[in-house]
Amino acid sequence: MDVLARFAAGDVESFEPLFRRYQGQVYRWIMRIVRDQTAAEDLTVETFWRLYQSRARLDPSLNCGAWLRRVATNVAIDHLRRAQPMQPLVAEPADDRQVDCVAQREMRVRIRQAFAELSPRLRVVAQLALIEEESYQGIAESLGISLSAVKLRVFRATRILRKKLEECGVKP
Amino acid sequence: MNGKEQEREESAGFREKLQSALPPLGNAEPRRDLWPLMRQRIAEGRKPLFSAAVPWLSRVPWFDWALLGLAGAALLFRPGLIPALLYHL
Repeated sequence: MDVLARFAAGDVESFEPLFRRYQGQVYRWIMRIVRDQTAAEDLTVETFWRLYQSRARLDPSLNCGAWLRRVATNVAIDHLRRAQPMQPLVAEPADDRQVDCVAQREMRVRIRQAFAELSPRLRVVAQLALIEEESYQGIAESLGISLSAVKLRVFRATRILRKKLEECGVKP
Repeated sequence: MNGKEQEREESAGFREKLQSALPPLGNAEPRRDLWPLMRQRIAEGRKPLFSAAVPWLSRVPWFDWALLGLAGAALLFRPGLIPALLYHL
């Protein structure tokens, strides 16, 4: 019997192997959206908590990975809504170690700021599509929206980013 | 170079610029095993807090409780205020 089926049937002990199987996948997905390790850890736990709570209603035949990804996306978007809207996004620590000219560093700061100023629903799609290069179809499934809605959001986010960067003197 | 090719190249350049500021985090791994945190969350969730059991309690702002406390204390120490309060009600 599959571990999810056992869990859905009321075997609470099977939650741990389920958690261990998917925790990395869920964490990575959330990290791509929130770009904050501590928040990503908390939100991963929150995502699995929702799975734990809905065990009585779980369909044993569901695609657990896809279900978790969708819940994780909603949890991450809620986090972005609650977080400081103007807080600049964090780059990889290694990025700052690179010897860089001031202009390029300034441009990177402006880009992070422009991203941080996007609304959460545009920011999520823009990050996943433009930064993480996730497929539009995958993004649509994770957000529970249509493919054309993803395309529209990427288009709008790109337009806003370009405009903001132009205003800051960065040639996009 | 036709219009579409130019557009594609510009779009790729724009994406590269964005990625130089925000490098992709495709392979990020948790810094630690998250299972202990999860177990703690489950343990906390099993014993419902008083406010969770009575949801409307958590919706009442703290200053309302403070006001109620003050009014109660005033009536306790100055019972003479009770008729005045009843009159104004």
